[in-house]
Parts: sequence; structure tokens; C-alpha cells
Amino acid sequence: MKAFTELYSALDQTTKTNEKVNVMVNYFNHINSKDAIWAIALLTGRRPKRPIKTTDMKAWATELAGIPYWLFEDSYDVVGDLAETISLLIPLSESNVEKSLSEVMEEIILIQSKTEEEKKQWLFSFWNSFSKDELFVFNKLITGSFRVGVSQQLIFKALSKTYSIDDKVIAHKLMGAWLPQTSELRELLSDESSSFDDSKPYPFYLAYQLDVPFTDIGSIVDWQIERKYDGIRGQIIVRNNSVHIWSRGEELMTDKFIEFMPLKNILPNGTVLDGEILPFKDKKIMSFNEMQKRIGRKNVSKKTLNDIPLCMMCYDLLEYNGKDIRQLALIARRKLLEELITETNNPLLKLSPLLDCNAWENLDTLRNESKLLGCEGLMLKQKDSIYETGRRRGKWWKWKVDPYTVDAVLIYAQSGHGRRANLYTDYTFAIWDNGELVPFTKAYSGLTDKELIEVDNWIKKNTIEKFGPVRSVKAELVFEIAFEGINASSRHKSGIALRFPRILRWRKDKKKEEINTKEDLLQLLNSVL
Amino acid sequence: MLIQFTNNGIYCRQADVYIDPWKPVNKAIITHAHSDHARTGNKYYLAHKNSESILRYRLGNIVLQTLNYYETININGVTISLHPAGHVIGSAQVRLEYKGEIWVVSGDYKVKNDGYTIPFEPVKCQHFITESTFGLPIYNFPQAEEVNLQLNNWVEENAARGLNSVIIGYALGKAQRILTGLKTDQPVLLHSTIYNTNEALGFDNSRYIKFTPEFKKETLNPGIVVATGSVVGSPWLRRFDPYKLAFCSGWMQLRGARRRRNADKGFVMSDHADWNGLNEAVLATSAENIYVTHGYKSVYSKWLREHYKLNAVEVETLFEGEGIENDSSENVKEEKE
Ligand SMILES: [Zn+2]
Ligand SMILES: [Zn+2]
Repeated sequence: MKAFTELYSALDQTTKTNEKVNVMVNYFNHINSKDAIWAIALLTGRRPKRPIKTTDMKAWATELAGIPYWLFEDSYDVVGDLAETISLLIPLSESNVEKSLSEVMEEIILIQSKTEEEKKQWLFSFWNSFSKDELFVFNKLITGSFRVGVSQQLIFKALSKTYSIDDKVIAHKLMGAWLPQTSELRELLSDESSSFDDSKPYPFYLAYQLDVPFTDIGSIVDWQIERKYDGIRGQIIVRNNSVHIWSRGEELMTDKFIEFMPLKNILPNGTVLDGEILPFKDKKIMSFNEMQKRIGRKNVSKKTLNDIPLCMMCYDLLEYNGKDIRQLALIARRKLLEELITETNNPLLKLSPLLDCNAWENLDTLRNESKLLGCEGLMLKQKDSIYETGRRRGKWWKWKVDPYTVDAVLIYAQSGHGRRANLYTDYTFAIWDNGELVPFTKAYSGLTDKELIEVDNWIKKNTIEKFGPVRSVKAELVFEIAFEGINASSRHKSGIALRFPRILRWRKDKKKEEINTKEDLLQLLNSVL
Repeated sequence: MLIQFTNNGIYCRQADVYIDPWKPVNKAIITHAHSDHARTGNKYYLAHKNSESILRYRLGNIVLQTLNYYETININGVTISLHPAGHVIGSAQVRLEYKGEIWVVSGDYKVKNDGYTIPFEPVKCQHFITESTFGLPIYNFPQAEEVNLQLNNWVEENAARGLNSVIIGYALGKAQRILTGLKTDQPVLLHSTIYNTNEALGFDNSRYIKFTPEFKKETLNPGIVVATGSVVGSPWLRRFDPYKLAFCSGWMQLRGARRRRNADKGFVMSDHADWNGLNEAVLATSAENIYVTHGYKSVYSKWLREHYKLNAVEVETLFEGEGIENDSSENVKEEKE
């Protein structure tokens, strides 16, 4: 546990990618293969189920710390992270028992099925034998909130360096479902496909937002232009007469998207499609809101299938006749994709249309149609590009439309969590509604650290009332809020819900009298619908 | 009641003196020289003698009388004395006694010995005014020796990799502790605010380099820079590239505070009492009445009421406490360079 804790702290303490790779290589070079496989699983986001209920953990930590429960809750409010709160409140022990990462993880899995009292004793024995840093990492593991600030690509790079295997091979090998407790490092990383898992997806190729002028990316004739859809990016895999659907977040979504099941008889075995899964009805893309409803349902009923039917807007073909064709040029893959979709001729699979545009200057007009069509913008892909792994610059770009914006006034503030504990950083904003200020959205981030501190100071001096961690403040500070979409919502007082709202800038030049009204937003809502 | 909480600050009517007033008054007793406690505009000042030079440096031309610790003066029947608070150099708790009623205004304090400041001493009283900057049980600070060890390891590690070590701390208090704690052969460069503060304090500057615009990178190669929070995020720091950045503050106990500042490292070095320190100090006074000021005052007073059955109340003040970085207690004008 010590070595893994050190790895965690080292990764936590640097933002430089080179250093992150180095500390990982160093770790993997010195660790046994059993621990290594667990470390790989944890770093790539494969966490075991939470073995202990949060309420129990809080109660037991409070008991061990010898404080009243309200004080635990108040401390938690300030720290903002349960694992960290507990590690700070528990008295440090003198004894320090060393257990390896794999031992700890195996115990975490075993304890899941034990009684409450057994769990408590087990937890106390750990809490009483770890250093503060180990406690923190251990608590993160059992609260299921373990996360590390390294991208998948960096992990692949480090593994590639350590084990001298191509990082693209590693990326592919580590995709999909595998269990650390039953996997062998050698098998997991080896290039032999003997243990090939039918459900295994390919790493997604992701694009950055276009941030270079068109003059830098050459002639438009070399580029394939498509819409950027607002659904769930996924891969549909048909192998061995079964269908598997993976989301970009590496979640297996097959059970949620059951209408695609018949594809096992429709698509040839050895087919992997890359595309956007969209709610689609009456020849129109439905809003992302509908998609969220679909995902939110535990069981997909007949009614849901009827109300919110899905399709995939296909834009790439990664496996064809059982062969990995990612090294073919996009233009060649596209040709095969077109043939396949035409042959299949099934409403579940649509072909993402190519847009016609003969000059970069005219592209903006196409982009501006996006919102009306329920799209997010455009995708530009170089025609000769192979299918890369991970997010990369150069050959693929996304060019999203500018967000909507609204000016609003700050009325409530709450202290932040994690990185921003101790500062008031979570804001609620209001707009005018018939001469009254009504709260309509929360928004985060977007301010510089300096501004955050300035606003925080202002909040502390202009508090009207406190309720728990929330303060109401004088309506004075105006901010410009950007957002991606707007929906009617019965859950919100204002009747409006914004999608992905964030603070664009602090409008020190504006007074609260000059901000937007609810009327403005309703107008926007109607124009979108 | 001998002491009242007024709009101008903590007030003793019988002696007509304020303690750390935030509006200009006639007579002010200053617990210590941090700018949220020592403000300009008062007619007469009283403070500990070790605060004298730094108060004059920060507040300019003031009318100031000083006392030694334990030395008493009498104003209109009120006996007043100063006692070590262990916060920063010259920091004092103010004891006021009138007809058997004893109050102690502790200002800012810490109980742990930092190896540099004269340590805190509890003073028996009936009414105790305490800060609560770190008044939550999550704050348990390590011993000074332990932190110094971490600090020294860190600067050596950086040097071995050819990196400068930039250490951020308050000019008054923290900077002197950092410099006292550093055991290194590396060259140490001081931000001018710190250099000048040292000078005002009579802290030996002879082995440090003062930053000037003529500074050459090769002077360090690699070395240590000690600066105040004001330089963070400014182009001033860029000239020390490649460097690692560390903050020295009690807030560094929280991961969030560390990450938010993009600090490579946080050293838990505080000039305030931690949770156990506060409890220890409060109990040692034997006071029945506790007034809790700046910090987690509602949480901490509730704890004192429930757990120790003390008559504890929270009091609004304009003391700002220890900022995480943008150092509200150090609004000293940066000298032109
Ligand atoms: Zn202070
Ligand atoms: Zn203070």
C-alpha cells in the first residue's frame, strides 16, 4: 500500500506530463505483477464495488474520532471530500502494518459479503494501521471515489515504456471488461489474441476544438466535413453472433440500448461501427434531454422504446470482416462504411451525411445551422487520416458553435468542494422576472484564481443570511453565463433548465438592472423548440 | 462587563482603550503587527517592545509606547499587562483586570513551540477571547521539527534535479520560521518585502541575497527563493524557471487548498493554534466565559458549549484570519523596485 500511496501522491503533486509518466514507469519497474495489475485497473478507472455504506463509514469514523456527529458533518462540509475528511479526523496510529495493494484490494472484495459488525472491525483494523496518506488513498478506494489526474494515454505511454510494448496495442488490450483479480499481467498486455474477448472495443479517436486558422490546415478538398451530433458516442460491436455497445466512457451500454440487439442477425460478424447514438423520432433528432431520460431508466419499457427510439448515426468503421481496419485511410474506411450501411438498409443505422463546402469561408454558415438541427457543430476530418487512439490534434478537429450567453446576478454562494474547499465558489444566479429576481441556474468555474478569491472576499463581506453551507448575498455582482442548450423544466423554480452552464466572465461593467430577464430566456427556448 | 464588542473593536470603557481596533480611535493596544490587527490612524499605540520596529516599519510615524511581557501599567484602575501569544515575534495576549474581573484578549496565538517565537503561555482569567482560524478537528498540525525535515528534504531533492525551490510564506512570522528551519548550503534569495521585514525585525540577513532587478539566474543555480503570496501567478516568478513551488500554511493540511494554488508542495506550517491547541489553551485559562472570534467561530463555540459546558459565544470582528495565500494580513505596500 505504501508504494501505491507514494505513486498516488507523486501523480497528485505534479501537473507535468513527463513527470507523471516517469513516476508511473518507476512504480511499474519496482512492483510485482499482482500489484501492477491492480494499479493498472485502478488508474484506468476500474474500481471494485463500494463495500461499505457511506452512512456507516461516517458513523464509524465519528466514533473513532470521538466527536459529535454534527462536527463530523461540519468538517466534511469544509473538506468537501469524504475520504480526506475521515483521514484527517481519525487519530493517527503508532503501528504501521504494511499490506500490498493486491492484498488490500482482495480484502475489499471479500468484505462486501460480510456482516455489518465484521465490516466495522475490519475497517477499524485498517484505520488503526495506516499512515495519514495511506489512510486517504485507502478511504478513496473503499468509498469508490478513487480518481487520479492522469489521462489514459499517459498510462498507456508509461506501460509501453515499462514493458516495451507499443502503446496502441496496450490501449486496445486494456479496453473493455477485464477483472484484475482474475487477469494475469502477461496475458493482459501480450499481443497474442488467444484470450481475445468478443466484447472488446477499440480505443476511441477524439478530436480537439479547432484552435488554428484554416490557412494552417491546408485545402478544404482534403477534408471530410460532417455534423457533430449531440448524443452518446459509442461503438457497436458484432462478433460471434452477439452485439455489444460501448460508450465513450468505456461503459457497456448493451442493456440500455436494447433495440440494437437484432443487429446480431443483420450485421456480419466481425463488425465494429463508430458513431453517435441518438434519440430519433419522426425523421428528427430529439433533444439530449430525451437521451438522458433513456439512460436514467433502470428498465427499458415498451413505452420508453416507443417514446424515445434510438438510432446510430454511423461515421466510422473500425473492424470489417473480422479485420482491424483502423490503419486504412478515412476515405477508404468511409467507402466500406457506406457499402455496409446501404446493404444493411436498416433504420437503426444511419450514415452521417458528408457536407458539401468548397471554401473555408463558407463553412461558418454551415456551422451556424447546427443548433436548429440539434447538433453541436461540425467535425473536420482529414481524408487520409488513420483511426488514432485517444485525443489528438492535427488530423481531426471539432468545431463547435459558440455557446448561448446570458447576463445574471449572483444571489447564493456555497463553499466549493475538493480543490476549492474553503472558498465560496459554487454560485447560484438569478434573472429578472417581472421586477423580481428569480434563481434560475447554478454555474461553476470559468473564473481565474484571482477572481475567485476576490469574489470570495466580497461574498464574506456581503452575506445577508447563512443557511448551513449556503449564503445568500447582496444582489450586485453580474456574470456572463454560457450554456449549450435550454429546456423547459418542472423541477426548477424558474421553469427553465440550462445545459452545461458555466461562468464565461465577470461583468464588472454591468449593474444588476442591466441583466437578462426570464422573458429573454423563454424566447430563446421557443426559438429552439 | 469590563470589555465590550463595539463597532470600532474590542473596547474597555473603564480604561478607554481598544484592543486591535479596526477604526481609528484614541488609544489602541495592538496584539501583533499583522495588518488586520494593527491598523493605521490611531492616536496612541501600546504594544510589546518586540513589535516596535515592525509596527513602525508598517504603520509609519506612530505614537507608540511599549511594554515587556508581564510588565503592568495601570489606566484608571485597570491593570493591563502583555503575555506571550506564540503567534509571531512580539505577539501578545492582553490581560486586563479591574476589581477582580479578569479578561484576556489573546489576539492570534499558537500553542506549539516553533523554535523561533517566544512560546505561548496560558493566563488564568474569567473571560477569554479566542480566535478560531483552525477551529475544526480536521486541523492537527505536525511538530515544527517534522515540517522542517520535510522542507529540507524537499529543497535538496529539487537541487539534485537542478530545480530552484520557491517557498511562499508571510513576510512577518512565517518567513523567519522558514529561514530558521532551512539547513542548507544552497544560496537563498529573498523577496524584498521579506528582506526588509527581516531588517526591521533585526533578523540576521547576512547570509541571504536580496532580490534586485539586476538579479542573474546564475546566482542560484540552483537555489532557494523565499517570497510572499503576492508573487504567485505573477511574471516575477518566471525568472526562476525551472522551479518547484511550495506554500507554508496551516491551510496546506487540506488537499484542496494545495491543488487550487497549483502548489507542487504544501508544508503544514501554521502560526495559529490547531484544534487541540485551541482546546488546550481555552482549558488552561480556567475561564468560564469564552468569546470566539475570527475563523470557525460558530462551530467552535458550539463545541465549547456542548463538550466542555463553557459559556461560549461567537463574536463578530473584522479580523480576517490567515488567508490561504493572498495574504490579507499583509497588505503592506510593495516597495518600488
Ligand atoms: Zn496574525
Ligand atoms: Zn488574526
